[in-house]
Amino acid sequence: MAAATHPSVEEVWGWLSEVPDPEIPVISLTDLGIIRGVEWQGDTLVVRVTPTYSGCPATSIINLDIETALRGRGIEKLRLERQLTPPWTTDWITEAGREKLRAYGIAPPIDGTAADGVLAGRIARMTGANLTIACPRCGSTNTEKISQFGSTPCKANYRCKDCLEPFDYFKCL
Amino acid sequence: MPSLPDMTTPQVAELAQPDAGQEAFFEMLLRIGDSALVLGHRVSEWCGHSPALEEDIALANVALDLIGQTQLWLGLAGEVEGQGRSADDLAYLRDAWDFRNLLICERPNGDFGHTLMRQFLFDAWHYELLKGLAASSDPRVAEIAAKAGKEVAYHLERSSDLVVRLGDGTEESHRRMQEALDALWPYAGEMFIGDDKDAELAARGIAPDPASLRAGWDATLRHVLGEATLQIPDSDFAHKGGKQGIHTEHLGYILAEMQFLQRAYPGASW
Repeated sequence: MAAATHPSVEEVWGWLSEVPDPEIPVISLTDLGIIRGVEWQGDTLVVRVTPTYSGCPATSIINLDIETALRGRGIEKLRLERQLTPPWTTDWITEAGREKLRAYGIAPPIDGTAADGVLAGRIARMTGANLTIACPRCGSTNTEKISQFGSTPCKANYRCKDCLEPFDYFKCL
Repeated sequence: MPSLPDMTTPQVAELAQPDAGQEAFFEMLLRIGDSALVLGHRVSEWCGHSPALEEDIALANVALDLIGQTQLWLGLAGEVEGQGRSADDLAYLRDAWDFRNLLICERPNGDFGHTLMRQFLFDAWHYELLKGLAASSDPRVAEIAAKAGKEVAYHLERSSDLVVRLGDGTEESHRRMQEALDALWPYAGEMFIGDDKDAELAARGIAPDPASLRAGWDATLRHVLGEATLQIPDSDFAHKGGKQGIHTEHLGYILAEMQFLQRAYPGASW
């Protein structure tokens, strides 16, 4: 097959931006920032994907979803590669992705607040003293942490003390 | 499936017969991977049994992180060994004497405080180890360590927080945390005892010398255990052997449960 008949890399990125994250379907894989590269190597399309958390059970589903989406667009030769470097952090979530999270009821991560093992800041981080998480429902900042893990490893559980609604906060990694 | 390499090239001949250096490297990866695997399995035993729903979820997620890291470490171990073994093969098809995990990882869970204390002692070491490995001369090691290090920083914060809350909590919670620390203390020293394989890897810049991790670990313990009003035991006695494949009776029971399916139905998948 002639190279000219390949869909362009930009076109493939466009298709990938329509593949939803399996656990938070309101954002796409490109919103989440886990697609690291798309390129043609001869007649094979190579897509490089980075895991969010190394044990995230969604990783294999994500790979399957990418494959299904691209095969559906007529891509026959496809190779998915795992890329660990640079490691994914929540900084990779796009602005559009953050807005979609908020609208969906998940407070987006606050950059620069990741755990760094420096214990001096631990108490502040644990009690949330240095973090103001706004309730995605009513916008109140009068919220409290209930648990360091929420419905998935990447989220923590919070509660709004004004509207009383519990919600997930997408932790900064 | 990757295409088979040309067997006549000298590079492949080397791979087929690993030199002593590769052997030490393989051992090191098993030591890290098996520790994550066995502790991950232990922690997962809490699933559905924790004192509170939030803790149940948290412990399951810590276990999940550790199992995920295991896949990366044992995957690389299989690659370095060059015998075609996958991470799953290494996890499910080796017997106890082939495991290289630290003995502390196979200690029974005990009560919730005991589990948390074990986690804290391990996390504080794991964090220092991954920081060292992130600077490894082998880029494959460095990238896994950088990835895992972010997760472990979070584990350490979580276990530190709970050790402080329970240690400096009620009389009963304080008593249990001190008992847990006293009981686990003889299993902590093994983390810092190196052998000739460790020395070789340190010399090659692949991994930090185990003894060099002690200062950072000690500092974390002084900080957190002090805040938790717990007494650090005054003893240097250390059980050892896990890194060389000499285990306590507990590991066999863990493997019996973990490996049952692959032993009973070889190659089963879903």
